[in-house]
Amino acid sequence: MDPVVELSARQLRDAVASRTVTAERAAAAYLARIRALDPAIHAYNEVWHEAALERARALDRAIAAGQKAGPLAGVPVALKDNLCTVQGHTTCSSRILAGYRAPYTATVVRRLEEAGAVILGKTNMDEFAMGSSTEHSAHGPTRNPWDPERVPGGSSGGAAAAVAADLAWFALGSDTGGSVRQPAHCCGLVGLKPTYGRVSRRGLVAFASSLDQVGPLTKDVADCAAVYAAIAGHDPGDSTSLDAPVGDPLAAVERPPRGLAVGVPRALLETGLAPDVAADFASCLRDLQAQGVAVVDVALPALPYAVAAYCVLATAEASANLARYDGARYGARAAGRDYAAMAAATRAAGFGPEVKRRILLGAYVLSAGYYDAYYRRALAARGRLGADFARAFAACDAVALPTAPTAAFRLGERTGDPLRMYLSDVFTTAANLAGLPAVTVPTGIDGDGLPLSLQLIGPALREETLLTLAAAVERARGFRAWKEAAWTSRR
Amino acid sequence: MNAGISDDTIRHVAHLARIQVADDRVPALARELATVLAYFDKLNELDTSHVEPLTRSVDLHSVTAADEPRPCLATEEALAAAPERDGGFFKVPKVLGDS
Repeated sequence: MDPVVELSARQLRDAVASRTVTAERAAAAYLARIRALDPAIHAYNEVWHEAALERARALDRAIAAGQKAGPLAGVPVALKDNLCTVQGHTTCSSRILAGYRAPYTATVVRRLEEAGAVILGKTNMDEFAMGSSTEHSAHGPTRNPWDPERVPGGSSGGAAAAVAADLAWFALGSDTGGSVRQPAHCCGLVGLKPTYGRVSRRGLVAFASSLDQVGPLTKDVADCAAVYAAIAGHDPGDSTSLDAPVGDPLAAVERPPRGLAVGVPRALLETGLAPDVAADFASCLRDLQAQGVAVVDVALPALPYAVAAYCVLATAEASANLARYDGARYGARAAGRDYAAMAAATRAAGFGPEVKRRILLGAYVLSAGYYDAYYRRALAARGRLGADFARAFAACDAVALPTAPTAAFRLGERTGDPLRMYLSDVFTTAANLAGLPAVTVPTGIDGDGLPLSLQLIGPALREETLLTLAAAVERARGFRAWKEAAWTSRR
Repeated sequence: MNAGISDDTIRHVAHLARIQVADDRVPALARELATVLAYFDKLNELDTSHVEPLTRSVDLHSVTAADEPRPCLATEEALAAAPERDGGFFKVPKVLGDS
């Protein structure tokens, strides 16, 4: 393995900026790893071998000519395949967008390019981001690099697998109900879902517009801060984008956590957690206390209703957002005697079963006669959850929860039971519903050799507090060493 | 709240959602949706009488762009992915007619 792959993102960036390592060499090293390892993992839908090398060479030439190197100069990145790119294709892992070339590039992608990142390609996902395992992809599943019989999580499973297997230094995913955090958990990575509106959604293919956010998947908290700093900030091209200062995320990583308080909703954690998850969670809280963080009890009585509220709202919004895939202007088209028949046939052939299920559910809960029973109730539950968090944050700086009740599950284990699959998101949907930032940080390994993690949820716009606490957890747990040991013993 | 969902309802919702569903798939879909909808009934347990329904989590209102001309997607770029086109138009089967 080229030693370049073992550098941290900041070390790589500095080496490229000082011209001790070329961006081309870094890109070539990752592309070689992809060629060798990705056939077995299937993290990528599409790899841009030539384009990535050309881009890296151009970057090297610009730096040699005296141009200032950006904060992510030469760092190889993978993009979830629901981020529009003019380069290559954007398929959302769906047949209905097979061969689709987007006419513009997503704002977050342009910001990464401006920072000097080198894009290696597009990663596999659950179709239209609907799933928690990446098994609902039209291109087949992605395998967890920790154990090929297990899922990498979803819907950003390809992105997570790419980073975990060193096939990209970091990745951008999207999180609507947990789709960055849960794959981060399954693959032993840091995953951040920013405050709703912090990161532009322009160019992110919409699933549920009031819940979607783009977030980074990285190997450590410092990289997470660096990527977040590069992509966050107001975008006039997204009407839901917040015009709020991003602050100094990298400084937050160095700040000691002493004096902060973490709230734990203990009533929610009495049952339902795998024993290793429960033990790891308790151990993380003790580690935080040892660093001067207070651990206090908080109550989130509406949290048990989060998955139901999320399913109603997300499917309702999805049914509206996916109405555009009708074969008229782009994507696949099936024949029909009139527009309605064309649309119905196109969507029947182009959407997978999970997407169809969710669109039908969404149309149902919005339809006349059912709107009050489901949709209005779900909105009210959302309001209750927001109020619960506001009350909790009067007593703490962040709420701690597991990311998921179990470590990564087996391929095929939950695909036969849609409801069981939705319940994988029991701890992650709350932050999307309330629009709050949330981070997952890897904390240890369970008895099966699979990664475990801690999730921290903060008040709106307080990503810096989350990064401070996540870095403290990371320092205390020493996960990088655990990963080295676990993977070395496997070779 | 009823836990069952009829085949006719599935056909109606499929029509609303513009997704053709094969007749032999309808009963299975009805069962799958009924299971999930029964789970949604959980929301009835929550007392929400004093809470305003919340459509969005962040307080932004009527964000508009200035009414100024700006560069936008060129016609050729917009039509580039068209399954069928006719000059500067997307071409589709007739929209008005039977159903």
